[in-house]
Amino acid sequence: MPAAISYRPRRLSRVTDRVMRLALWGLALAFIAVLAVFVGAILKQGWPVLNLGFLTRMPETLDAGGGIKPEIFNSLYLVALSLAISLPIGLGAGIYMAEYAGQGRILRFLRLCIETLAATPSIVLALFGMIVFVQMMGWSFSIRSGAVTLALLNIPVITRVTEVSLLGVPRELKEASYGLGATRLQTILKVALPYAATGILTGLVLTAGRAFGESAILVFTAGTNTSQTFPDFRLTVPGETLSVHLWYVTSDGTLPDAREIAAGTAAVMIVVLLVLNLSVRLLDRFIRRRTR
Amino acid sequence: MLSPQTPETKPVKLSVRNMDFRYGEKKVLDGLSLDIHAERVTAIIGPSGCGKSTFLKCFNRIHEVSSAVKVSGDMQIDGVDIYRGGIDEVDLRRRVGMVFQKPNPFPKSIYENVAFGPRLFGMKDKATLDGIVEDALRKSALWDEVKDRLKESATGMSGGQQQRLCIARALAVNPEVLLMDEPCSALDPIATAKIEELIVELKENLTIVIVTHNMQQAARVSDYTAFFWLGKLIEMDLTERIFTTPRERMTEDYLTGRFG
Ligand SMILES: Nc1ncnc2c1ncn2[C@@H]1O[C@H](COP(=O)(O)OP(=O)(O)OP(=O)(O)O)[C@@H](O)[C@H]1O
Ligand SMILES: [Mg+2]
Repeated sequence: MPAAISYRPRRLSRVTDRVMRLALWGLALAFIAVLAVFVGAILKQGWPVLNLGFLTRMPETLDAGGGIKPEIFNSLYLVALSLAISLPIGLGAGIYMAEYAGQGRILRFLRLCIETLAATPSIVLALFGMIVFVQMMGWSFSIRSGAVTLALLNIPVITRVTEVSLLGVPRELKEASYGLGATRLQTILKVALPYAATGILTGLVLTAGRAFGESAILVFTAGTNTSQTFPDFRLTVPGETLSVHLWYVTSDGTLPDAREIAAGTAAVMIVVLLVLNLSVRLLDRFIRRRTR
Repeated sequence: MLSPQTPETKPVKLSVRNMDFRYGEKKVLDGLSLDIHAERVTAIIGPSGCGKSTFLKCFNRIHEVSSAVKVSGDMQIDGVDIYRGGIDEVDLRRRVGMVFQKPNPFPKSIYENVAFGPRLFGMKDKATLDGIVEDALRKSALWDEVKDRLKESATGMSGGQQQRLCIARALAVNPEVLLMDEPCSALDPIATAKIEELIVELKENLTIVIVTHNMQQAARVSDYTAFFWLGKLIEMDLTERIFTTPRERMTEDYLTGRFG
């Protein structure tokens, strides 16, 4: 009989454990610090500019003292429109891929296409949008050209997120549903989608944030001008957004207060994104409590 | 429990003849033939991997949802072929309920779990639904424990409660057959005893097929016992006979723990 093996705790493994924990902790802390400095700097520069007038005035083209009222509206309007187009398509495609397509070559090809589309640089989409919607379809620089091209940016991400979230639904839950006599559609609607909701929601926020910050696509499709009426819901007018405005005033250089306008615009964008993420976090917690 | 002296009076509910089952190319069940009587409890025993769960799932075609499977031979419910008799599989699953090995309540409230099935079939009336939910929870001996917390999430219940909730959920659609795949394997002795009691009560108006690795459980609750080995039916008879005077040597060896 072999001698009994004695299992002694190894000093080294405990040390590595501690070192690893410290290192990860340090990394997280460093990351938070960088983020804080970054956001702080933007807010600090923008703070003096931020006042009710800045938020509620029309922009100026040559003189100092312009506001960003229509840009705020255009940003939100374009994000909402593009999501209204891409959400049904992305959800539908994601549901199809997760629940109906089965396995096999066609699905793998489809997935490759979507992943490629998701990784396409936005400047490529921008030029595509300009050629197809602005020029060929004759929509010129307008809200609709912008919204549709922006939707092309969103669709692959929403599709993929939906698919992954649905594939993460435990098989036992689906079996329970089928076992009670549910059809496939009933199972998707009543069991799979509610379970996947928080994942899809997170993806949606990332998408909305990306669309909100997108500039290249909108420069080439929604233009750098804005309607003189407010609020202008027409789809055919050009619609400069916050990020486009930010880019335009700093690169154009005709405004005497371009620096201040840019700083204020950046601060507004950061605040909007913070509010967006925070409210979704709350919503997510609410949904999670009821569906998990 | 049915004893060898009293003749069987209940009709055959499920009948299986020369049934083969394949996952893709792999043959899992081989030439099975047996009858399952209405309002009786039939236990299925056998070593791990011999195809008990697979056999159970054939009765409500639930494996079709996730894998490519091939069933040949005949399987009938009330004389109508399950696979070729023009039965709608969704309707079949309503008639043939299933309780799984691991409790799998929906992440919804206790009430919503039980009401899930009836709602699928368009039941909307609040009062009727309340009645169905209460009735199902009473039948599964859960009502007294949960009647004051119907709105709470089912995932916060204990394992034994969850399993009884799953039974209630299955009962709520008024099935004719209840398939139970090792329903007690994740439960402690007290919860197990409750579910065994339940099984005996439920067979009053339900046909029950239960897979179990617990020989005492099979002996306690079932009228008939079928012994499977490597996808084949070795022997099926009244439980009393299987446990006292089995015809096959293999059955005896398995029951006495000499192999498997
Ligand atoms: N989805 C599947 N695809 C392919 N083969 C499968 C699948 N499910 C089960 N099998 C195989 O079928 C055989 C029978 O499996 P089954 O789950 O029916 O056994 P079991 O008797 O229920 O075992 P246990 O007592 O461990 O639950 C096993 O060899 C298993 O590997
Ligand atoms: Mg099994």
